[in-house]
Amino acid sequence: MRNAVKQSWITFKSIFTGMGVTIRHFFGPTVTLQYPDERMELPKGARARLFVNIDDCIGCNLCARACPVNCIDIETVAATQDVDLGKTSTGNPKRFWLTRFNIDMAKCMYCDLCVHPCPTNCIYMVPEYEYSEYDRSNLVYHFSNLEPDMVAEVKEKAELEAEQKKRDREEMMRKKAEEKAKKEMEEKKKAEEKSEATSDDKPANDKQGEE
Amino acid sequence: MTEYLTNINPVAAILIHAAIPLTIILVYALVAIWGERKIAGFIQDRLGPMRVGGWHGWAQSIADLLKLIQKEDIIPTDASRFLFKFAPFMMFAASYAAFAVIPFSSAYIGSMVNIGVFYLLAVTSVLTLSVIMAGWASNNKWSLLGGMRSAAQMVSYEVPTIATVLTVILVAGSLNLMTVTEMQAGNDTLGFLPNWLIFQNPFLISAFIIFFISILAESHRVPFDLPESESELVAGYQTEYSGMRWAMFMLAEYADMLLLSLLGAVLFFGGWNSPFGDFMGGPLWGYFWFMLKGLLLVFVMMWIRWTLPRYRVDQLMHICWSILIPLSFINLVLTALWEVIF
Repeated sequence: MRNAVKQSWITFKSIFTGMGVTIRHFFGPTVTLQYPDERMELPKGARARLFVNIDDCIGCNLCARACPVNCIDIETVAATQDVDLGKTSTGNPKRFWLTRFNIDMAKCMYCDLCVHPCPTNCIYMVPEYEYSEYDRSNLVYHFSNLEPDMVAEVKEKAELEAEQKKRDREEMMRKKAEEKAKKEMEEKKKAEEKSEATSDDKPANDKQGEE
Repeated sequence: MTEYLTNINPVAAILIHAAIPLTIILVYALVAIWGERKIAGFIQDRLGPMRVGGWHGWAQSIADLLKLIQKEDIIPTDASRFLFKFAPFMMFAASYAAFAVIPFSSAYIGSMVNIGVFYLLAVTSVLTLSVIMAGWASNNKWSLLGGMRSAAQMVSYEVPTIATVLTVILVAGSLNLMTVTEMQAGNDTLGFLPNWLIFQNPFLISAFIIFFISILAESHRVPFDLPESESELVAGYQTEYSGMRWAMFMLAEYADMLLLSLLGAVLFFGGWNSPFGDFMGGPLWGYFWFMLKGLLLVFVMMWIRWTLPRYRVDQLMHICWSILIPLSFINLVLTALWEVIF
């Protein structure tokens, strides 16, 4: 009998304790975030969508090399001498046209490794996490701001310039070679003249010149 | 109101009398289902439905109802078709019929019969029948198990319910719920408490505790929701039902909850009597107080639902047969003695 009373006392006590807990929560604050209406502030340094400030990019390719999954695809074309691409906001001179700068966010694994090598801090993660797409190809972000015809023009120019440079170099080489040959000839002449003047004195020298 | 309508047109009077409790049940079910979800949400530090209808998702139940109406009415091939189709309506009819003797306010009671409580208990026992009918007709072992459990539970818990109701009737001296309510008017127990029956006799407090536990089991609420224990029996006897037939079960369940809560309010908390004596009295205030008391009990039922885990079947039967039934009869005898002595 005493045991039964004790048991029922414990039962009722635990029931009322539990009900006390639930009623406290009933009147307590809720933790729900009404998602599309309210958003949680992302913590500092949260890893989310990559963004490239293309105006600051110097085309050094370090990010693409750092990427473990090769999701960054960069193509650069050297700027011709007649254009000045200016400087980045950090003061580095820009020397390349960025004809292609694609990041495949479907491949990206948010490791943040591309962010740190960048010398001009132009690639970084922005607190943006809602970019679902119906087509996977839409997840490839094109950051290059060059128009296609501009790209073609730039490439053509660069090729022309490269050819020009090659030709110039060849010309220079030829000139150098000619000069060298001329010089040698002159030296030879001089030597001959000298040897003619002093032919009997130094036969060894003459012999060397002939060779 | 009753006599006036009957004098004009008896048929219209019957229809209006029938429509009033139905309206109350339907509106209550919409509010209670939404309320239960909100209460569940707040207890679990969530918000519950928030989208439909603007303010706190108040139209959620209406949207759910529209969805249920559109659903296909599936009847299993091997089911007993007539019984399968008939069970939900019988269940709702049983809950609804019992509202006839509930005095909603001093001016309105569906049927002023002398044997009100007896009629109520007799009609609600049909619920057991419809539950087992649904379980059997579904031709599904989970449904049948759920139906059997439910039948066992309801039959068992009817005994302590009736014993505690009898305790109150012993004190009140009438089976008519209107008379029981009227005799609880006034405000002079111990000088300040209302003349509600629960304050009249110490044994009526224990009777109320037993009554409340029993109605939890009778209306299949946690911690006695074994017939439809989601985690074990899929949904018990409702497993094979879909669309509006399932909605009828849901409606009947909520109606049953309200019915038993209102019965508790009549028997122990003075029905439509205001807790402040004559202040805020009158038929409309009476309706307000009565529904407030009933809905508070419903709230406590929901509160318990989100607090306690479920009992095992054998524990359920143990609680009923070896604890509640002896206690309720001892309580009945002690109440009778108290009445004789004082």
